[in-house]
Amino acid sequence: MKSKYWREGEPFIWGSGAALALILLLTLSLLVVIFKNGMGVFWVSPLSHLEMKDGSTLMGEVVQSSVMSKRDDETRSQLKISNRDLYSLDFKWVTDSDVKQVTYPQDAILIERHEYGNFVGFLSSVALQNQPALPPGEYDTLLAGLDDVKAKMPELDGVKSQISDLNYRVESLDHKLAKLRFRGEEQSDDFHQLTMQKELLQAEFDTLVVTLDALQARLVQNTARFTDANGTMLTIPLSGMVRVYKPNSLSFFGKVSLYLQKVWELFFDEPRESNTEGGLFPAIFGTVMLIIVMAIFSFPLGVISGVYLREYARDGFLVRLVRIAVNNLAGIPSIVYGIFGLAFFVYGIGSSIDQIFFPAQLPAPTFGTGGILWASLTLGLLTIPVVIVSTEEALGAIPGGLRESSYALGATKFQTLTRILIPMASPGIMTGFILAMARAAGEVAPLMITGVVKLAPSLALDGQFPFFHLNRKFMHLGFHIYDIGFQSPNVEAAKPMVFVTTLLLLGIVVALTSTAIFMRNSMKKKFAIAD
Amino acid sequence: MKNDNRNPIIAIEDSIVQVRDLNLFYGTSQALFNLNFDIPRNKVTALIGPSGCGKSTFIRCINRMNDLVACVNINGSIQLDQQDIFDKSVDVIDLRRKIGMVFQKSNPFPKSIYENVIYGLRIGGVTEKPVLEEAAELSLKRSALWDEVKDRLHQSAMGLSGGQMQRLCIARAIAVSPEIILMDEPCSALDPRSTAHIEELIRELNGEYTIIIVTHNMQQASRVSDFTAFLYEGELIEFGKTTDLFTVPVKKATEDYITGRFG
Repeated sequence: MKSKYWREGEPFIWGSGAALALILLLTLSLLVVIFKNGMGVFWVSPLSHLEMKDGSTLMGEVVQSSVMSKRDDETRSQLKISNRDLYSLDFKWVTDSDVKQVTYPQDAILIERHEYGNFVGFLSSVALQNQPALPPGEYDTLLAGLDDVKAKMPELDGVKSQISDLNYRVESLDHKLAKLRFRGEEQSDDFHQLTMQKELLQAEFDTLVVTLDALQARLVQNTARFTDANGTMLTIPLSGMVRVYKPNSLSFFGKVSLYLQKVWELFFDEPRESNTEGGLFPAIFGTVMLIIVMAIFSFPLGVISGVYLREYARDGFLVRLVRIAVNNLAGIPSIVYGIFGLAFFVYGIGSSIDQIFFPAQLPAPTFGTGGILWASLTLGLLTIPVVIVSTEEALGAIPGGLRESSYALGATKFQTLTRILIPMASPGIMTGFILAMARAAGEVAPLMITGVVKLAPSLALDGQFPFFHLNRKFMHLGFHIYDIGFQSPNVEAAKPMVFVTTLLLLGIVVALTSTAIFMRNSMKKKFAIAD
Repeated sequence: MKNDNRNPIIAIEDSIVQVRDLNLFYGTSQALFNLNFDIPRNKVTALIGPSGCGKSTFIRCINRMNDLVACVNINGSIQLDQQDIFDKSVDVIDLRRKIGMVFQKSNPFPKSIYENVIYGLRIGGVTEKPVLEEAAELSLKRSALWDEVKDRLHQSAMGLSGGQMQRLCIARAIAVSPEIILMDEPCSALDPRSTAHIEELIRELNGEYTIIIVTHNMQQASRVSDFTAFLYEGELIEFGKTTDLFTVPVKKATEDYITGRFG
């Protein structure tokens, strides 16, 4: 009986099942942690008003609670008291036994601001610059005033974008001037003309700056006064507010609508407050563009190399050596690729490009510094082995009979490759792409030295000619996680954003790979062979 | 051993392929020994013999499929239309267009039925749609598949049955109008009904194409072929009219093999 139990491998079945279950459990708990923390960030939580036994008062959201000491059952809570400009610290631990009474005042107000984080307190008065007929009640006046200010924002943004446009034009003029100066043509007509143009632009620029200042000065006149939980007064300009609401009197649908607003902001807005608040659009854009540029460079190269290795190279010692080397390339630490990318692409190729094509700008580098192109190429190097190996394997899995049939019909090797083998291998090659993409999306280390930045002033793709600016630095979700999680001056405030960013990065990887898997499945169906 | 002094290899009047002193080596081991015989034009010739006797190796010489195998060395000659196919001036692509091949395992490409049939023409550079369509229809009719597939020409060939697939492979070979069709055990993976279908097809094609068929099945050889060659351990033991070879074999080894005493 016992020998049969062992002979039939019952323990092995249990063991292998358990191993799988363990892995699933670990993955699942990771996902649960990310989802639980990431999804809840934008849900509005109530503001607690705490009256302490020593007579002071505090107000804020309860972020977490924990047991202080097991012995006497003491618990403490962490409160996000906000108002960084008043208290300098926006989080505070409170021992629960010191609290006399907790209330949830209906008129407690929360303001998301462009600076100094959130404000929590009570509204006392509103002062609008050109008081029109406003609805009664201070809070409604505030909301109406805020709408009014927001309506003026497009005008302001328009002026700002005009200024940045001008900036760009002045910059390119400067480049041309520098080129002429470099050639020693400072007396030429071109040079004078360009200088004139630049002066004109400069004048235009100055007027725009004046307009902008005037606009801003007018907006700043719209202010509101608030008191915090202790009665300290604070005046906040309406233009500094992003959003105002009363968390304790919001209905469920109000909370849902706020949640959706914030998710929208996350996807399509710029970050603020040193990346701990606001949107992630530049980082999302950078991540996706990085992967796409990488794919454009590395996938064709990898596939072609794989085809050569499998179909053309004569199998021998050298080919086997190359194959082993390619397999081992996948095991090199990514930071090593980063260093190679920095040395070879940035300092090698980039500096040479600068010397040949942009000598006038030197010593300011154009391509001789980290940028999205170099980071993509570095990631391309990193992922090429995966593509080569999967291409080779996919080609090797095609039955020999199909090749022979094709040759027997008078096809050349090239025709057989392009008409039969590569289409048939494409699902397998796609698998390689998927793996490569997932790996590239998750890499951070090599990017850190080849061009990723905390805050990129402009995207690598925009409306200014020549549209693609592959020499520009970029933002990346993976780096963002590291940056706000570990490099932020205000770690507590940044923590929710870490989870949100992680969730978003996971989402992007899932979206990219599932698109690829979808494509692969349709290819599989098309090129499946019967047994 | 009473008949051993008779010539085991008959002369063929109208031959398309002449094999002369053909030796083939896989590295250092020799697989074919000094083969000498002629293959009659527009007839069916069967190659029989036990496994490993070199039948497949031999027919793969005729369209030079052995070129694809590393470390194969061939000496001697195979003449096709008075031209040695191993000559340097022969373009192997042209040669293979003249010689179609059907393999043991039916292996249609993962394309539509139509695309499978015209593959040979397409790679040959034919692009006119009417020509391609006509060729497809004709070849499918020739291979007795037209009625079964005419409504689903543009569906995947992977939906066909095993026998249909094999007939599709024959249609694919016929489409480029070859002079010779090589068949390497075309029925060994098929059920009896599909086998009967293919055999019937071979009989129908007899007279229009020179067919060389390798088979393990002696009944099949006797049913479909006009001439039979018996190979044993890389040597041609006997070659003659099928009716003669199966009724009055010259060599003792042939008799033993066809009566089932070995192999």
